[in-house]
Amino acid sequence: MTKPNSLTIAEAREALRKGDLTSIELTEACLTAIEGAGALNAFVHCTPDMARDMARAADQRIRAGEATAMTGIPVGVKDVFCVKGVPSQAGSRILQGFTPEYESTVTRNLWDAGAVMLGKLNQDEFAMGSTNESSCYGPAVNPWRGPGGTQLTPGGSSGGSAAAVAADLCLGATGTDTGGSIRQPAAFTGTVGLKPTYGRVSRWGVIAYASSLDQAGPMTRTVRDAAIMLGAMASADPQDSTCADLPVPDFEAALTGDIRGKRIGIPREYRVEGLPDAIDALWRRGAEMLRDAGAEIVDISLPHTKYALPAYYVIAPAEASSNLARYDGVRYGYRARLSQGDGITEMYEKTRAEGFGPEVQRRIMIGTYVLSAGFYDAYYNRARKVRALIRRDFDQAFAAGIDSILAPATPSAAFPLGSVDKGDPVQMYLNDVFTVTLNLAGLPGIAVPVGQDAQGLPLGLQLFGRPFEEGDLLNQAQVLERAAGFVAKPDRWW
Amino acid sequence: MSITEDQARKVAHLARIAVDDAALPALARELGSILHFMEQLNEVDVAGVEPMTSVTPMRLKRRKDQVTSGSMADRILSNAPDAREGFFAVPKVVE
Repeated sequence: MTKPNSLTIAEAREALRKGDLTSIELTEACLTAIEGAGALNAFVHCTPDMARDMARAADQRIRAGEATAMTGIPVGVKDVFCVKGVPSQAGSRILQGFTPEYESTVTRNLWDAGAVMLGKLNQDEFAMGSTNESSCYGPAVNPWRGPGGTQLTPGGSSGGSAAAVAADLCLGATGTDTGGSIRQPAAFTGTVGLKPTYGRVSRWGVIAYASSLDQAGPMTRTVRDAAIMLGAMASADPQDSTCADLPVPDFEAALTGDIRGKRIGIPREYRVEGLPDAIDALWRRGAEMLRDAGAEIVDISLPHTKYALPAYYVIAPAEASSNLARYDGVRYGYRARLSQGDGITEMYEKTRAEGFGPEVQRRIMIGTYVLSAGFYDAYYNRARKVRALIRRDFDQAFAAGIDSILAPATPSAAFPLGSVDKGDPVQMYLNDVFTVTLNLAGLPGIAVPVGQDAQGLPLGLQLFGRPFEEGDLLNQAQVLERAAGFVAKPDRWW
Repeated sequence: MSITEDQARKVAHLARIAVDDAALPALARELGSILHFMEQLNEVDVAGVEPMTSVTPMRLKRRKDQVTSGSMADRILSNAPDAREGFFAVPKVVE
């Protein structure tokens, strides 16, 4: 029999309802799995007492016949979400010791639905990174290993979430996606990652990186689980004025398996120079699977794709420099030890130099530069104009009758930890080449595991959908998931 | 675009991040390479394009101007590195 912690959310829901399994049994199985997975460094703050209390309450609720789809389901929470009374530091030393006095809307919604909190998950510092190596806790490790047992990155920034879901430490996890931070780690670990439309999920209580791009979403083992979990995470929210005042549809009900007549675009600009053959072949195979299921595959053009990465690396740091100004050593978190005679400016400057890691400092300074007098128009305003053109590319494709767009999720499979030259930030940023466009356009997107490379490492494709049509997107993603039949799991070495 | 050490020092100060003089040349090089990468944006014809201010075509929500919470100074101060007598404490600001 499948171990409880290896069940999908849908399977566990069924077993809980039938009484074949209790939430406390399921939760204990996850806690045991977490305890045995220290080598993955996925969970950074574990909350076993809270988990057991919540599981017992969920079991009562299930017995009383008042369960929702998420009642009794143990989940992990990316460190970037504020959970009341639980350390929440977004992977940064500068938030050392910070214990929120309030709850993020996403986690509040999950707990209200009866989900069980297992703990906080590793991530790149302030969600800035694609390898998890900028975390103050040290990197999370991919449960998939390379040739000869090489340790690989689980991707980032939601690398702890992806590693935990892939290694069966939890049934689902929350992630956030500012430039690909849900979809890239999902692709690197053979899991499913959904970035909803900007505004579908509240950002209240999610420690901010770039507010016009940040969006929280579910990371799960199946598309159906992503539909279930998104339903519990999403809500309108008076606390977040950018959160859409729209009813949350039943995303699971949209999973009909019928995509006949859907027009799926293949954007020629994503066939970039140097795209590995394995990725190109996977992409073609994915298109064939969707065609075989009755979709029409259409070549399309998104002409400004090439400019998404430079536009992103202006806009995101600009917003970060403003958002991260609040970490000043006064109200919460870390404060540097001061020397005799140091004033408030030295306190700010030393606190921020010691509290932020190198990549965060770099992005704050780039953001400061592009917003500074004399450069605002040349960099920031120009990037926002290019962003408008990127969105227009998508609007025109949708207006021409395209329902969704199929593209690779990443330019490679997971690579070894420590292999990216940190002295060459631009090289590092190229990891995000297929993912950032979606954030700039505010659209929903999902990464689905579709195949493996010659080394047996998972490879994913992503589908982009129309705004606020996550149900339709999930339905197409599930057809792709079923056709691909990806069932591989990493061998347990940890 | 290349960045001088003086410009790097200025941007670090604007960002309130202490950077040792010895680290300035490397910082200037890094910032320069990132800004060089961004200069691709100059290839795009943006004539007549409005800068995007909101990715969703929604009007920002309005709410009633009313007090909805308060009287929780102790909770607000509970995470402060240094709080005294109901205030955040910082080094002397005014001589």
